[in-house]
Amino acid sequence: MKILVTVSEVAEADDEFEIDGLSIDDRYLTYDLNEWDDYAIEEAVQISESRDDVEVVTVTIGPERAEETIRQGLAKGADRAVRVWDDSIEGSDLLDSNTKGELLAAVAEEEEPDLILAGVQSGDMAFASTGVALASTLGYEWGAVVNNLELDGDMANVHRELEGGVEELTEVELPAVLTIQTGINEPRYASLRGIRQAQSKPLDVKAPEDLGVELGESVLSLTSLEEPETESNVELFEGGAEDSAGQLANLLREKGVDA
Amino acid sequence: MSDILAVTDHRRGDLREVSFETITAGRELADTTGGDLHLAVINGDVESFAESVNRDGVDVIHTVEHGDDFNHNVYTQALEQLSTDIDPKYVVAPHSVNGLDYAPAVAQRLDYPLITDAIGFDAADSLTVTRELYNGKTEAGVSVAEDNAFLTIRPGEWEPAEGDGSATIDAFDAAIDEADVGSTVTGFEEVGSGDVDISEADVLVSVGRGIEDEDNLDLIFDLADALDATVSSSRPIVDNGWLPQDRQVGQSGKSVTPEVYLAIGISGAVQHVAGMKSAETIIAVNNDPSAPIYDLADYGIVDDLFDVVPALTEEFQ
Ligand SMILES: Cc1cc2nc3c(=O)[nH]c(=O)nc-3n(C[C@H](O)[C@H](O)[C@H](O)COP(=O)(O)OP(=O)(O)OC[C@H]3O[C@@H](n4cnc5c(N)ncnc54)[C@H](O)[C@@H]3O)c2cc1C
Ligand SMILES: Nc1ncnc2c1ncn2[C@@H]1O[C@H](COP(=O)(O)O)[C@@H](O)[C@H]1O
Repeated sequence: MKILVTVSEVAEADDEFEIDGLSIDDRYLTYDLNEWDDYAIEEAVQISESRDDVEVVTVTIGPERAEETIRQGLAKGADRAVRVWDDSIEGSDLLDSNTKGELLAAVAEEEEPDLILAGVQSGDMAFASTGVALASTLGYEWGAVVNNLELDGDMANVHRELEGGVEELTEVELPAVLTIQTGINEPRYASLRGIRQAQSKPLDVKAPEDLGVELGESVLSLTSLEEPETESNVELFEGGAEDSAGQLANLLREKGVDA
Repeated sequence: MSDILAVTDHRRGDLREVSFETITAGRELADTTGGDLHLAVINGDVESFAESVNRDGVDVIHTVEHGDDFNHNVYTQALEQLSTDIDPKYVVAPHSVNGLDYAPAVAQRLDYPLITDAIGFDAADSLTVTRELYNGKTEAGVSVAEDNAFLTIRPGEWEPAEGDGSATIDAFDAAIDEADVGSTVTGFEEVGSGDVDISEADVLVSVGRGIEDEDNLDLIFDLADALDATVSSSRPIVDNGWLPQDRQVGQSGKSVTPEVYLAIGISGAVQHVAGMKSAETIIAVNNDPSAPIYDLADYGIVDDLFDVVPALTEEFQ
């Protein structure tokens, strides 16, 4: 059995940051493995540990910088990785999910996995759409926002987490793409041994043209990026932790909060 | 080719409120494009749903009767066929968990660019959509270089459509290919509830990822004890297994409306806010002044929770 995990690297903005034109200045960004993909990797690795002959491959559309994140996935137990990139991707502000679906599908067509796990969303762009777009491009079945997964022959029995504490129980035919929700498992920390081994695991780099994909002009572009104007007038208590805690305590007493 | 197709959302026999918000967003789009607003009502008791969504501003309602429950394959096939018929300029659907389960597939099949989780748009010339990036810390304008687009809208951002409508109701004869229906809903489960009901509490001390470690939760329980309050949390605390599921506030947890909601080390992600924005007084303790929780808080302390929380507890002992 082969499981493909789509892994994205996300950028997190520092507490204080500056916007420079249409992007946050790189000095204020920290790059990391997307939280949702951490759970997807864990799910795949747990399946590989509970069965014989399971290969876990990750795929990332990302620049060379992303290899550090990709190695995290390998250190946590993925067997090998593919990274897709070239200048034409670099030049686009925002990849839309049809384009990401097409690039990832081209890799999936080479790999022919039985199961593809994606994250529900990427923490930074939060389109929450890539996994299902990929399934549709490939002609695979799918399920979005999965917080429980049991494989049963050529079926996956999943729970889809709906709003308000309700879960939908769904049978999904394989091959399928499932988008994994946080909390489905407990992602492991990479062991020292894992980190060492990850250095020698294969990481292939491919350009879209190697995959037979020709990218057109980007259909989405950024026209503005700003810190949202706050709608509320938050009243801040200041003067250090003690003082501000004292002021907050007074407020709470006024509101009738008291033991 | 200036019509709009909006998709309604229902679950286990009930229409969801976001359907009416989607109608409003669809009407706004139709007003700028000068076209008609079409609605799609798929799966479930479509006749009664169609009656309910027949609000002011809706021109045509297309019903697709097929099974009781939401099924993404049926939605995808029906919306693709409907779109081929109507040729809508824009399709708009809720950014709900079910929306996430069909919108990307429909957009892919129609080859419409998909822009999700919209909080605003300007369709006067070409389409520019406002959405958040970087965990709600920034707002971006995203322009679409094509004539068509598929939008999903964030729940709670548009007013629900009101007023009786006089739409034509059309039973759309979708040709659903059963061989292409590869998913089946077999049931539903509700998250079990424990002995604490956070939705009943007057004062909630709510803890988020800023607490860093399970052992540090003691600080939060001490504060809650001192205030005679109940402890709730954001999602990561529950994901980590540090608190049971019934303590989770938010979209996939509980909605709460306490008199005082004290958010400690919680950033204020939209899915969290969905569950607590109606609290009477919201107080945030977060050392990041750009955290979105401050957009909504009435009071706040921008400081380290490990200093503020013990000091606050002390005040009440
Ligand atoms: C489909 C879906 C459903 C979801 N449902 C829910 C839901 O029901 N409920 C929910 O909560 N989330 C939900 N989420 C997750 C949501 O998107 C966020 O990931 C989550 O709310 C973040 O939780 P947090 O604020 O605790 O963590 P973070 O976003 O990591 O924020 C931690 C905050 O703590 C602050 N902090 C750190 N250290 C300190 C310190 N020493 N002192 C003071 N402050 C500090 C940081 O500045 C930061 O703002 C859902 C997501 C999806 C995709
Ligand atoms: N650049 C990328 N490379 C690989 N996978 C991605 C990429 N972007 C998104 N994904 C996958 O799609 C999921 C949802 O991302 P998004 O649709 O961007 O919110 C992520 O959790 C990843 O699994």
